[in-house]
This record gives sequence, C-alpha cells and structure tokens, in this order.
Amino acid sequence: MNETPLLEVEDLRVSFATPNGPVEVVKGLSFTLGREERLGIVGESGSGKSMTGRSILRLIRAPGKQTAKTLRFDGLDLMAQGNRQMRKVRGARISMIMQDPKFSLNPVMTIGEQIAEALRVHERLPRRDLRARVIEMLTSVRINDPGRVARMYPHEVSGGMGQRVMIAMMLIPRPQLLIADEPTSALDVSVQAQVLDLIEELVTGNGMGLILISHDLNLVARYCDRILVMNGGEVVEACAAQRLHEASHPYTRGLLAAQPRMEETRDELPVLDRSGGAGT
Amino acid sequence: MTIPAISLKDVDISYGDTRVVRDVSFDVALGESFALVGESGSGKSTVLKAIAGLAPEWTGEISVLGKSRGHGMDRAFSENCQMVFQDPYASLHPRKTIDTVLNEPLAIHGIGRRSEKVIEMLAAVGLDRRFRFRFPHQLSGGQRQRVAIARALMLEPRVMLLDEPTSALDVSVQAEILNLLKRLRREQGLTYLMVTHNLPVVSFMCDRMAVMNKGRIVEIAPKTALYDGGFADPYSRELYAASGGNPGAEPDMVAPATKDPA
Repeated sequence: MNETPLLEVEDLRVSFATPNGPVEVVKGLSFTLGREERLGIVGESGSGKSMTGRSILRLIRAPGKQTAKTLRFDGLDLMAQGNRQMRKVRGARISMIMQDPKFSLNPVMTIGEQIAEALRVHERLPRRDLRARVIEMLTSVRINDPGRVARMYPHEVSGGMGQRVMIAMMLIPRPQLLIADEPTSALDVSVQAQVLDLIEELVTGNGMGLILISHDLNLVARYCDRILVMNGGEVVEACAAQRLHEASHPYTRGLLAAQPRMEETRDELPVLDRSGGAGT
Repeated sequence: MTIPAISLKDVDISYGDTRVVRDVSFDVALGESFALVGESGSGKSTVLKAIAGLAPEWTGEISVLGKSRGHGMDRAFSENCQMVFQDPYASLHPRKTIDTVLNEPLAIHGIGRRSEKVIEMLAAVGLDRRFRFRFPHQLSGGQRQRVAIARALMLEPRVMLLDEPTSALDVSVQAEILNLLKRLRREQGLTYLMVTHNLPVVSFMCDRMAVMNKGRIVEIAPKTALYDGGFADPYSRELYAASGGNPGAEPDMVAPATKDPA
C-alpha cells in the first residue's frame, strides 16, 4: 500500500464575476483526505461547502473560476486534466451524490437503464453481465424485488428509494472517493438514518474515501472521522468528530448552541451574531 | 370545563377517492402549544389544511374556539385562526411588496389604521422599517418567514396553524424564528398547532404532541416523553430513535455552558 493521501487540496479558490468585481466563494481552502477516511464539511447556506465539493470534480461552470495550488487525487493532478480526461475520473473514480433525487434522476429513463448507463460509460460489458451487476447493486442498497424496481421510472418510487437508486448509480463503477452533498436533507428523519447507515456501510466495506457535506452538525459528527466547519468560504475550525463538543471557535459554538435539543430546557435559543458580515 | 381552542372529533379527510386521514380526534387547550409529528405522507399537514379550510372534503367535527367549522371559507373564522406555511420562498407573492402583502388581510376585513398596523407588526416580528416597500426576492429566507408570520398575525388571531415553519431554513436562522414564535406566543397569548418532523423543535416549542402514522394518530404524548423516551406506541419509539433520541447512548453534543446572556 502506498502512503500518499487520497486527496490533497491546497489553496483552493472559487470565484464568480459580478458587476462589482469578482466574488470569492471559496477562499484558499486546504485539506488532505486519507484513504478510507470520512471527512465532514459543515456550514450554513452560502458558506461555500457545496462549491468545495463541486470543485473537486472540476464542476464549476463558467462564469465561475476555480484555481488551486494543488488539487491531487491519488497522485493525479486534477487541475492539469482536460475535460475529456476529467470525464474518465468523474463517476469512475470520484462520484457525487446530489441532494434531491427528484431533480437528479432522468424522468424518462427507467431506473435500471440509468444505473446501467453509469456503468457502461466506464466499462465494456456484455448485456447479461450488465444486468446482473445492476440487480446486484440494487440488492446491496437494500431494494426489495430489484428486478421490478429496475423497470420502474423515477416518479414511481419514494424519495428514500430514489436516493438509494442514486447511491446505487454512484457506487456501481466502484469509485475510490464518494462526495455526498446533503444526501438526506430532502428525506424524512426515519429514512435519513437508513440512507446514511447504508452509505457508511458501503464506504467502509469497499475501502472508499467519503466527503459528507451537510448543514447538520450532529449528523456529520455521527458519520465522519474529521470535520471542517466552513463560514464565508473559509474553514473556521477543523477537528476530530468526537471532539466536536469541545470546539472552540465562536462560530462553531454558536451553531452548536442554536440547535434545539431533545431534552430542551432553555427558554430561548442563543442566536449567532450577524454583525460580522455573514448575512442571511 | 373551559372551551378548547381547537377540537377535532372523529375527523376523516379525503382527497378525491383517497382517504388520507382517518379517525383523528384531539383537543388543544387555550394557550397551549401542540405538535403533530410524523413522516411525510402521514397526513399531518392535511389535518392543518382541513382546519384552515384548504382541504374541504372532510367528515366529523372540527371546532375552533368553541365554534364548529363549516366546509367553506369563513371570514369570521379567519379572524381567529391563521396559518403559516412551510416554504417562505413559495408562500409570498413575488410581485407584491411586503407592504401590500401585510395590508391585504386588513383590506379584506375592512380594518382601518392600516399603515400604523403594518409598521407595528414589522417591529413585532423583528424586521426593520426599511423592508416595508421591498419585494420578497430582496429578502433572505429567514426574513421572508418573518413576513409570513407577520401576515398571519395581522388580523390578531388567537390560534396559529404552523406547517413546518422552519424546515426550509438553516439551523441558526431556525433558532431566530423559533425564538420569535415563542416570544409572540407569550406576548399575545396565542395557541399553536404545529406540524413538524423535527422532535428537538417539539421539545423547544410545544407542550404536547400527537404522533401520526399512515393517516392515524397512534399516540398523544406530553413533551416529557422526549426526555426519557417514554412512548407507549412502537412506531413513536422508532421515530424517536431515528431522530437520535436514545437517552444514555448519544452524548449531548451541546456543552451546557452556552446560555445566552440575553
């Protein structure tokens, strides 16, 4: 086994041009992700956490601009890759699960075809093997009667099932790194836990790296090893997940305190001070 | 016995031929804050809609402040009972200014002193005066939800129906809106019926809750059940466990020393 980290990011910047000059939404982010490590990125809307996830796959569309001193995945310099080479990385080696299965699945293709397509783009397989892999994948994301579900269209399945289909599609080419951008915020609490347990099981079972992007601190703390807290495009705090409650930065403390608890006794929830410029 | 603020007896609600809510009965006392919790599709929002008159196909008995409710729109009713919707990005008219939005209920009910009332209400929900003539797209999600709450309060109702008022908002903004709702309830003596799937929010806001599953109420429990997991029904316990409520097992993520001095 080699000891290089799976992903190295140094001084990552994403900016958008506006009439008032460029606005940086990610301001010089640096981190490394080890093999089989699970990293959580937490922040409010507009903190730049989703842009960070997308920029790893070089998915920032013009007029957005992305620069980085280093963006290296498994020894491969992602910044130096052309579009065509990036397409070989996306899906096959790094995959991304999006927020809402309703908007991310193709409504006019059956679920089976969509999952098979994800595989066919990267591997040449006889049709029978292809079908077997799809059924096997659907079974592993715990869909009962995978043969029937493969013939269904996205509108015929529930949100939780749709998200499991997305996971199946993203994992079928057996990537080394999975980026999950708010994978459960469109789902019910009871289904949320199931989907995250499934992601965790598949990630650890296959020796993948995971970047979990979410606004929910407790959820990230439960499923990750390490946490980056972002605010205004910068990392304000990095800590191990178990030590989240010892976090020292006022922003992290504020976020933690603003959450109602199951055993709530406070009369009023403390509110973040917005005078620092982080407007909502 | 005093009259309950909201009372439902054997209410069934249908959309067309599909019956989505069956046999729902509960009473909410005056000044109480009551929650309906459950997964999506459990019928909790439909119950609110039926009370508000937005789901007219129901049978049984619904009464608010002692007056039983008809199936249509009812002017006297809306003076007493108003609703706040889930998504502040969808519930405000994009081409009407905040001033117009807040004036409309007053105009419909023929109430005078409108300008003063709008200014008072903006102050009550913690919005600066300069927002009065802005459009919804110039406001953030939290500010929009404040406008939606202000709109519901314009007629000085005594009962508020809240449909997931904070689920579309960030944690820190959610805290602001929850504080606001709590303060308004205390100041104006309001009764809340709140739909949510977030149990910690119930713990902060409500006194009692009804757990719904597949269109039925499976259990009505006091808020203290959230402290010790004292639910009787297996479904409620499952929901409680899925929300991370598992006394003893889950370390409390929030350190105790963060009490806000305000």
